[in-house]
Amino acid sequence: MTRDGGKVESDPTFPRRKAYVRPLDFKGGRVDMTHGSGGRAMAQLIDDLFAAAFDNEWLRQGNDGARVPAPSGRLVVATDSHVITPLFFPGGDIGALSVHGTINDVAVMGATPLWLAAGFVLEEGFPLADLRRIVESMAAASREAGVPVITGDTKVVEKGKGDGVFITTTGVGVVADGVELGGDRARPGDRVLVSGTMGDHGVAIMSLRENLTFETTIASDTAALNGLAAAMLAAAPGLRVMRDPTRGGLATTLNEIARQSRVGFVLDEAAIPVKPEVEAACEFLGLDPLYVANEGKVVAVCAAEDAGRLLAAMRVHPLGGDAAIVGSAIDDPHHFVQMDTRFGGRRIVDWLAGEQLPRIC
Amino acid sequence: MKYVDEFRDGALARSLAGRIAREADPSRRYHLMEFCGGHTHAISRYGLKDLLPANVEMVHGPGCPVCVLPIGRIDSAIELARERGVVLCTYADTMRVPASKGLSLMKAKAAGADIRMVYSCADALRIARDNPSREVVFFAIGFETTTPPTALAVLEAERQALGNFSVFCNHVLTPSAITHILESPEVRDLGIVPLDGFIGPAHVSTVIGSAPYDYFAEEYRKPVVIAGFEPLDVMQAILMLVRQLNDGRAEVENEFTRAVTPQGNEKAKALVAEVFELRRSFEWRGLGEVPYSALAIKERFSRFDAEPRYGVVYRPVPDHKACECGAILRGVKKPEDCKVFGIVCTPENPIGSCMVSSEGACAAHYTYGRYKLGPAKLGSDSLFAANRLPGERESDPDSTKRESDPNLTDSTFRDRNPGR
Repeated sequence: MTRDGGKVESDPTFPRRKAYVRPLDFKGGRVDMTHGSGGRAMAQLIDDLFAAAFDNEWLRQGNDGARVPAPSGRLVVATDSHVITPLFFPGGDIGALSVHGTINDVAVMGATPLWLAAGFVLEEGFPLADLRRIVESMAAASREAGVPVITGDTKVVEKGKGDGVFITTTGVGVVADGVELGGDRARPGDRVLVSGTMGDHGVAIMSLRENLTFETTIASDTAALNGLAAAMLAAAPGLRVMRDPTRGGLATTLNEIARQSRVGFVLDEAAIPVKPEVEAACEFLGLDPLYVANEGKVVAVCAAEDAGRLLAAMRVHPLGGDAAIVGSAIDDPHHFVQMDTRFGGRRIVDWLAGEQLPRIC
Repeated sequence: MKYVDEFRDGALARSLAGRIAREADPSRRYHLMEFCGGHTHAISRYGLKDLLPANVEMVHGPGCPVCVLPIGRIDSAIELARERGVVLCTYADTMRVPASKGLSLMKAKAAGADIRMVYSCADALRIARDNPSREVVFFAIGFETTTPPTALAVLEAERQALGNFSVFCNHVLTPSAITHILESPEVRDLGIVPLDGFIGPAHVSTVIGSAPYDYFAEEYRKPVVIAGFEPLDVMQAILMLVRQLNDGRAEVENEFTRAVTPQGNEKAKALVAEVFELRRSFEWRGLGEVPYSALAIKERFSRFDAEPRYGVVYRPVPDHKACECGAILRGVKKPEDCKVFGIVCTPENPIGSCMVSSEGACAAHYTYGRYKLGPAKLGSDSLFAANRLPGERESDPDSTKRESDPNLTDSTFRDRNPGR
């Protein structure tokens, strides 16, 4: 309809011409300020890239938010911002990571992740090819995990005010009645389990950092843990704690749990799975694999009598093949995490002070 | 891990410990100084103290490059970055060392100074090459281990005719520091610090060789055993020192034969000799002015020397009054003797340099050994505060009230010159 009510289609003086819209240049194009301005360029980016990749019934409605039926029971909500450098790394990229990270935060609460929301902060000048690669990787990760991205947002900041792309994802999940996981539930005598080798993600990232390139076959372990977490809960419904040991690694995660549960932990160094390549990289960088980040591993605390069953369930899952019982909770008024070393001594595995920095000599 | 696990074998360690216990003469004490921070770190991390008999005592030495860097030199580095607008490239360890006015390189960076962490001075060279419009200064610190790479960077800068690169040289020398300790009144005259022998540096000795230590053995009659940084290396060196002391020998022995030769690395030494010359004197944190203990860049390379280039004026800054880093670096005190240790001085908020680097005596002791401290220190809640939830302190039945020992309150920090 035209403004005066006449029908364009029926007017022979205005033959209908198909409007030509220049497609997004995914080869050489770059994000510019118009992609965040609210105009046609932004609409095109959303339709042709984000909506197309994440395609689902909620996005297709094109509303400001997604309307979903309220599940019965308790909800878990978790959010995570991703600012990783480099954006692409062996084993994954910021896109897959942003999906996995939030799914994992929801899953280790004992919940079934249902939906994700994603916010993008793009830096002016960021190559559209890279953006497409990231978004498609996100979409693949979300499909594989069975958790759709149902709403999102994009903003563009001027060049120099961002680092390519930042992605924040928020996840919603539902937790079944009777599942009571929490960092405050570890008790003396409980066992500590990890689902696999420690430090893979951090070392894969570090091997690519500026100034530090070294050749390694280590790939990031980034993975969605909702399947593994569900299998663990099914095997040991009385599970006390699950956590994904991301930043700060196993050491930090256990210190957090020790503090929340007011217990101590004693680890057995020989039982903690670490890939030889990761150990070697940490050795020459002066780092400790216990403090290096993981993105596809879970730390669990369970009652001693559940440990065997839980371990067996983890080991049959594709993401838990290297699972191991690595220590126990003890009564300790100081809530220390200690470790019996392979060397035969016992030492504190303390909170990290500042950033873990390589030593010089 | 191959070639590493062999040197961390617990069964071998226990058998070595048994031998040390059998051979150590129960009627005497053995005071052995490990000069290097690398050894301090290994001793704490692997709990070697637990394996030693009570009469074999390890004394931490000043061999932590970050710990001996005086505050004034860090102030100068910060000044270069903030006021002269240079890109300051530095090793990671120095980033958190407290400087004057509550600053550190890390804080100066957060406030806008262009300070970049590098893993090698070759990276600093590359940054200079890639940013021809910026002046780039490499903040060079360390003992003989890190000196040859700095020399190489200067020669490389000359070869490439890099006009925007210079080095702020703070390289120090191990033998002069050992001499200084042996000459100190606490060791020589007062006998406050009994020192019977030295575990000699590992990586430093790969460069300078074992020959420079002959002087200590001959002149001061102190045995030296050069040892690697793995825990079994340290245990073996302790056994060798105990044997020398039992026999009344004072020799230089080399446990680290897999890497150290008598003459060291001739190529590296030649590079250092080409680029550097001895400073008449240099201030060390904890040791004060030590004659002929540091290197400066030779006149010939002065355009690559940040000191003349930017007119760096050195202003010495005294340590915080309550900080015992100086006494700890000289072996006069132990970390737990310091009244601020673990209370206001923690790895998160270091007051002194020994708490900054993981090789520092205080940081190593705090990180790996503080749970073994006696009841007095255990009474100070802050030692464990990181592991407590807010408000938990009062309700915890096992923690002694902080007030029970007036020496351990925060007001200690405000005391004038406590304990000296």
